[in-house]
Amino acid sequence: MIGIACRSIWIAAMILCGFTILGSFLVTVIYNSTVDVIAAAQRGMLEAKLIKLLDSSYYDNHIINYYIEVLEPEWLGTEQPVKIYSALKKGQPVALFATPIAPDGYNGPIQILVGIHIDGTISGVRVLNHKETPGLSDGIDEEKSNWILGFTGRSIQNPSPDRWYLKKDGGAFDQYTGATITQRAIVRATSKFLEYFKSHREQLFTVKSAENE
Amino acid sequence: MSKTSYQTILRDGLWTRNTGLVTMLGLCPLLAVSNNVVNSFGLGLATTLVLLVSNVTIALMRDLLRPEVRIPVFVILIASVVTTVELVMHAFLPGLYTILGIFIPLIVTNCCVIWRAEVFASRRCNVLASGVDGIATGLGFTFCLVLIGALREVLGQGTLLSHAELLFGDAGKFLTLHLFEGYRGFILAVLPCGAFIGLGCLIAIKNSLDTHSERWM
Repeated sequence: MIGIACRSIWIAAMILCGFTILGSFLVTVIYNSTVDVIAAAQRGMLEAKLIKLLDSSYYDNHIINYYIEVLEPEWLGTEQPVKIYSALKKGQPVALFATPIAPDGYNGPIQILVGIHIDGTISGVRVLNHKETPGLSDGIDEEKSNWILGFTGRSIQNPSPDRWYLKKDGGAFDQYTGATITQRAIVRATSKFLEYFKSHREQLFTVKSAENE
Repeated sequence: MSKTSYQTILRDGLWTRNTGLVTMLGLCPLLAVSNNVVNSFGLGLATTLVLLVSNVTIALMRDLLRPEVRIPVFVILIASVVTTVELVMHAFLPGLYTILGIFIPLIVTNCCVIWRAEVFASRRCNVLASGVDGIATGLGFTFCLVLIGALREVLGQGTLLSHAELLFGDAGKFLTLHLFEGYRGFILAVLPCGAFIGLGCLIAIKNSLDTHSERWM
């Protein structure tokens, strides 16, 4: 009796094991054959947003391939390393792009893209990923409203640091109704990044971004 | 058990025991993703693909299965198929993948997949019938998703097929219909409660259609 039970267990385990190997095989093969395509697709999506923030006459490198990675949870809102991309003209930096996180969105973190010219003015801010309420807070998407364009041309001195808030909070930035928390999070993340940029400017521009393939 | 005709399999999957409207399996992605037609259609197709592949695989492997390890094997197979679909989608439809996000991996826990594996694919001998059953169930789910998606999109934003380019490439952009000029939107339809109300209305419509057709027959 015990012998038969042992045999059944053994057979059942072998069947399960066989299917586990089959499943792992399938998943591994597909993973390995799509990993490069996925990375390329992600870079392509970022690049498509990035090149819209800087006129192509300003730079002559392939921006997406020139980056350094920095780990600054305090400033950039994430425990993960953030890539900072450099736009170069004849080998000299002209602008940089970063993808910091606004950790305090209404429904979780919001990833933004900030472009800054070498003189410290913003070339543009865009939202990359968010989980905010559709219909209410998605006015932060450039396709839905032009609120996010209000950052273009600003800098840490324009408006002055004590006015880097929504109008509602005594600051200089317009808001639309119904999404204060979302917009507040984005303004805060942008101003934090500008402060970070100000205090680490030398480092960000002098550390030469190697071309990463 | 008598042989089921393909016609019956199709009618069952699409209408009589529609996953969304009758058996109510897989409501989580159904309600969460159905805020416009394109999202609905994308998730519907992904689910259909998973159902097809998992049903066919399980029908093929049926003789190797033993009752005691049946469910673990289903779970392994379904999870592998879903992971495959997820990776392929991430690679080739990155825009849509970004929107559907977590709901693709969650197809693993969509009860309708394991339900079909358990009651159909693992019981009947015919591989082809299992494949047809997978497609029928998937299309029934897609049909329900797209209906709710269309309802919520029209009421919520006054458009149909917005972001069609995510599914069909740049050529899809012209498919977007703006039904009302200057429509201000109806937030209730876009929010999750709109999904519940929409689903409730569809179920009511389906039931009343069924009642009427019975009366006439």
